[in-house]
Amino acid sequence: MEVINKEGTEDTPKIILNRNDGIFEISGRSLPEDSADFYQPILDWLDKYSGSPNPETVFVFKLEYFNTASSKLILDILSKLETISNTRIHWYFHEDDEDMEEAGTEFSELVEVPFEFKTY
Amino acid sequence: MKYIYELHRTMTTRKLILVYEGEFTQEITKSVLAMAERNMDAIGEDSGIKRKVFNVMVECLQNIVKHSDELQEGGAPVRHGAVFMIGKDDDKYLITSGNPVQNDKVEMLNGKLDHINSLDKEGLKNYYKEVIKSNKGLSEKGGAGLGFIDMARKSGQKLQFDFEPMGNDFSFFSLKTVIRRNVTDSE
Repeated sequence: MEVINKEGTEDTPKIILNRNDGIFEISGRSLPEDSADFYQPILDWLDKYSGSPNPETVFVFKLEYFNTASSKLILDILSKLETISNTRIHWYFHEDDEDMEEAGTEFSELVEVPFEFKTY
Repeated sequence: MKYIYELHRTMTTRKLILVYEGEFTQEITKSVLAMAERNMDAIGEDSGIKRKVFNVMVECLQNIVKHSDELQEGGAPVRHGAVFMIGKDDDKYLITSGNPVQNDKVEMLNGKLDHINSLDKEGLKNYYKEVIKSNKGLSEKGGAGLGFIDMARKSGQKLQFDFEPMGNDFSFFSLKTVIRRNVTDSE
């Protein structure tokens, strides 16, 4: 399966989706001009992956900032992950960033996937 | 040339640290964000306040980028400029935007903002969750319908807004969001 490895920019996050190495990670800033367009390849990749996933999937969100249009797409990603068994979310937030911690808590209440909260 | 002095005076008395008038694009948004970030870094602004200001700025600027192109008069697209400003006082930042909206949008915007202002912290959180999980995708313009709610949540204050008739099919929509500085209690 193809590996997605997108470098982050000032308005888009870094994304790594690599099933062989077991790395699934979105980090940085997300405020793209067109969120739906930006995240579509990620959603497509997850659709394929969900057909025959690894025995365990740990998906890492390490976001510094995301806008509201991205939040909708993050929920779409989480909803896809919900259908993959043995998936856990590692939600990272900067230790003094209560808003990012709260955002993670709210997402965890919207989907049936276990969240672990970690600071960086 | 007096207007230069007047503009300077207005900016000083209103404590405006950044004013942009004109066309709004994603590139302009990024530049304005970078300028504001540098400005806040230079004075050693608290990182929590910085994040909130950044957050409100993004929603505000992207609202203008998404909605400023839908203005038409007699079928022909009309280029209307918009304005974006940041004011900084000892105890707060004021993030302000102004852009023309079609008169038939005024009631909807008014209702939406009044509803948001009627909610407390918990009410806003529930409203946010309600909107994000409603099965609608993003709008045609790529918006999630969450921008104003998020601005109100990050601000912790009521959103201030006004519609000024422009004498045609448009009204000038002004929106002001307050981010308090030196907040000792975590609201």
